[in-house]
Amino acid sequence: MAEYVRQMPSASSDLARRPAISERFHIDFPLLFLLMGLTIFGLVVLYSASGQRLGAVVRQAQYFVIAYVVMLAAAQVSVQRYRRWAPFIYLGGLALLVGVLLFGVGAKGAQRWLSIGGFRFQPSELMKLAMPLMLAWYLASRILPPRLINILVALVLVGVPAALIVRQPDLGTALLVSVSGLIVLFMAGIRWRFIFGAGVLAVISAWPAWVYLLHDYQRQRILTLLSPERDKLGTGWNIIQSKTAIGSGGWSGKGWLNGTQSQLDFLPESHTDFIIAVLAEEFGLRGVILLLAIYLLIFARGFWIGMHAQDSFSRLVAAALTLTFFIYVFVNMGMVSGLLPVVGVPLPLVSAGGTSIVTLMAGFGILMAISTERRLVVQ
Amino acid sequence: MAPAVALKDPYLESRIYGARTVFVLVIVIALMGILMARYFSLQITQYEIYRTESDRNRVQLQPLPPKRGLIYDRNGVLLAENRPSFVLSLVLERVPDLDETLQALGEIVEITESDLEKFETRSRRRRPYEEVPLHFRLSEAERALLAVNRYRLPGVVVDAQLIRHYPQGDLFSHALGYVGRINEEEQRQLDEVDYRGTNHIGKIGVEKYYEEQLHGNVGYQNVETNALGRVLRVLERTDPVPGADLTLSLDVTVQETAFAALDGRRGAVVAMDPNNGELIALVSTPGFDSNLFVNGISARDYSALRENLDLPLFNRAVQGQYPPGSTVKPIFGLAGLEYGLITPEFTMRDPGWYTLPGEDRRFRDWTLRVRGTGHGKAVDLHQAIEESCDVYFYDLAHRMGIDRLHDFTEPFGLGTPTGLDTTNERGGILPSSEWKRRSRGQVWFPGETLNVGIGQGYMLATPVQLAVATSVLASRGQHYTPHLLRAINGEAVTAPTASVVEADEANWQVIHDAMHAVFHGQRGSARAVGRGSAFTMAGKSGTAQVIGIAQDEEYDAEALEERYRDHGLFVAFAPYEDPRIAVAVVVENGGGGSTVAAPIAREVMERYLLGQSQDENQELADRG
Repeated sequence: MAEYVRQMPSASSDLARRPAISERFHIDFPLLFLLMGLTIFGLVVLYSASGQRLGAVVRQAQYFVIAYVVMLAAAQVSVQRYRRWAPFIYLGGLALLVGVLLFGVGAKGAQRWLSIGGFRFQPSELMKLAMPLMLAWYLASRILPPRLINILVALVLVGVPAALIVRQPDLGTALLVSVSGLIVLFMAGIRWRFIFGAGVLAVISAWPAWVYLLHDYQRQRILTLLSPERDKLGTGWNIIQSKTAIGSGGWSGKGWLNGTQSQLDFLPESHTDFIIAVLAEEFGLRGVILLLAIYLLIFARGFWIGMHAQDSFSRLVAAALTLTFFIYVFVNMGMVSGLLPVVGVPLPLVSAGGTSIVTLMAGFGILMAISTERRLVVQ
Repeated sequence: MAPAVALKDPYLESRIYGARTVFVLVIVIALMGILMARYFSLQITQYEIYRTESDRNRVQLQPLPPKRGLIYDRNGVLLAENRPSFVLSLVLERVPDLDETLQALGEIVEITESDLEKFETRSRRRRPYEEVPLHFRLSEAERALLAVNRYRLPGVVVDAQLIRHYPQGDLFSHALGYVGRINEEEQRQLDEVDYRGTNHIGKIGVEKYYEEQLHGNVGYQNVETNALGRVLRVLERTDPVPGADLTLSLDVTVQETAFAALDGRRGAVVAMDPNNGELIALVSTPGFDSNLFVNGISARDYSALRENLDLPLFNRAVQGQYPPGSTVKPIFGLAGLEYGLITPEFTMRDPGWYTLPGEDRRFRDWTLRVRGTGHGKAVDLHQAIEESCDVYFYDLAHRMGIDRLHDFTEPFGLGTPTGLDTTNERGGILPSSEWKRRSRGQVWFPGETLNVGIGQGYMLATPVQLAVATSVLASRGQHYTPHLLRAINGEAVTAPTASVVEADEANWQVIHDAMHAVFHGQRGSARAVGRGSAFTMAGKSGTAQVIGIAQDEEYDAEALEERYRDHGLFVAFAPYEDPRIAVAVVVENGGGGSTVAAPIAREVMERYLLGQSQDENQELADRG
């Protein structure tokens, strides 16, 4: 824990130089500009995807305003404070998850929400942030690469909330939350032999999991993915229609507001999970490439921040936040295009939906906090 | 190698982290590459497939059935029209659960067993995405209820269709025929393109004969539909060409008069303009309500019509084959004059019967039965026609021989279908020795000629043939093919040219005079009917013996007895000086032609020649 100071004398600046604006207000400008670009693009697509209802766009914009405020606020908190708070956030999240199981409300047979005074809140969203913070807190103070005992403890830390979320049941979120923890483990340097061992174990236990753990509708989703033609008007309809939407967009697209699949209601969930299909149909592959480019730059910035962070905790948190963001993008775009099962993951910062936007932006706030930490160590 | 005291090594941690970051970056880039490849494959490689799929999703080519042509009578009175009718149909591809939907519909609309039955038959033959009709003639209230419940009834469509309607009911059922839903066999023979979207086709009568003109040509529209199949906009449209409106030569008032005069008896009236072949009336009674057939007649209605002993579905005017009886005597008389077998002055003795030389069998005159004697000692042609003397014509036919009789009569149109523009016309029989050899494989016996000589025996003619033959007599040899069609879309069709039956002018006059005497002579067989007429008439009665029973087995003794009675026939034309109408009347089992059929003929001619009042005209126009 030794923190020592070694300042590099510079030819042009004195020791008492004023910190840069980005450091003073804890804003990572490249990241901010990329996010704002994504936000605007997302709102443009959403207007079309929501059936040209301005109301939907305004509501989404309001969420964004809140989300940006949350992000900037989160950026002001120092990394050390996150580190100290990590266990409490995690434990609070666990408590809330238990609360969901006991008092939760929900729809369609799933119980995912806590309703407190009319305000609905999804604790599993909080866990998406709490999990990497907790794992990073735990591993950063251990000797890295982690030993087996530390790995086992980390797995328990991952497993307990994941199990609670599975019980809601929300398999998709449970997987994403687990992955955000496992990423920390991986980035902390867990040895390859453990990874391979776990892989073998996973394959072996896959069958009992299939039989006992998955709900019928979850098995259905996977089967449908494998052959969506099976039930053309039932479960397979979504994928067939979204593939048709994407494919018929071609290189240059049908034009904004002119997507026939989306505008004529052939595409289900067009403004939420399947919004990428609207984008692909109306803006073509060009639009998809533009979107992927923005995402790729955001990932790159995230990795850059991680590489330049000053300690293991910051590095691990930065990597986990960046990678989970990537996983959302990959899973969503993969599922809409028929590569992956339909598990209900929104396209980050583009799909309509307030909670996920606020959570994601809070994550970027933490990233900014890491990025703008005063440089005490010259590497 | 583990050190005794493990220490955190920030340098090592940073290095591991760097290595893992590189590793993760490679994975991220690889996965992004997979995504790119996937979207490239969908949007570029398989673009055509999905483009087509997407167009097929949203764009549907819908046929626009043409409006069927209307049918008018000669005065512009509507005989067949199209009325909007709201039809409840299902697009089965869009119905999530058929049983559930049918049940839900059943709560809104009264769906009968027969609706369901027909719906099932239709759905088996439907084209993909075709609307299959379930229930016709929705009421206002039903339509409103369906509109309200539309959101929970995907695939249910309410369409306004034009359905054929016959405002004149059974008055024109036989003259017009009717349309009905296209059946499987017709489907196979139809022009598939032109009938896409058409549900009805002419089944019989004028509706069938002029199907091509009445139907028109199909149009198309490309429509964009949403996922529920609702049409959002029309992308492209080719208008259908509506069917042609037909004006028939039939006259509603004359038709009505004939219908009323037949008064529910089994019979037929055909009236024709001898100067151009136009039919003025074509009535067969009893008739039926043609509207029953338009959307498929119910089994109960149909069996009621089929089992009716009066055979309402039988078009007596063109299908009924009757022995013409004495109505053909004027023709045979003319034949005798032309062949030089008789002269107007030639007379013969009529004791009431006739025997062939060397035979005992007596061929009796009808008078023998009535008053026990014949027509007198010196019967000439005029008297033989005026009083309808059988013996005179036995003798004439015997001397003429069947083949000369046949050859002379044939151009009058008897014994072959007249070529009237309707369906199911029968030919009748004009016998000859050749005909008997061909059809029976037997030689002709001279005695058989005598029966033919008075329009009996093998001879059979339809009412429309009798009308044509009478027209030829009336016009002194102008044989026009009878026709119903007068104008298409208001443009007169060119009248067919007449073929001419050659005969000496003086001989025509002799026959005309004799037929005139039937009405207006001292001893004319229809002089009672001719009395007090505003115009001069010429005619000839006929009474045909009913030999067998034409209908199938009957059990009703009273009805049976009635059906053994003679058929009453009458042919006539008027005015005698310049004939403008020729009429043939048949009243089945009506008894004597001059008493039962002649009054009908007169009424029909009167109605046509004297016309109707202005008021009646107006009333007719309003009804149309």
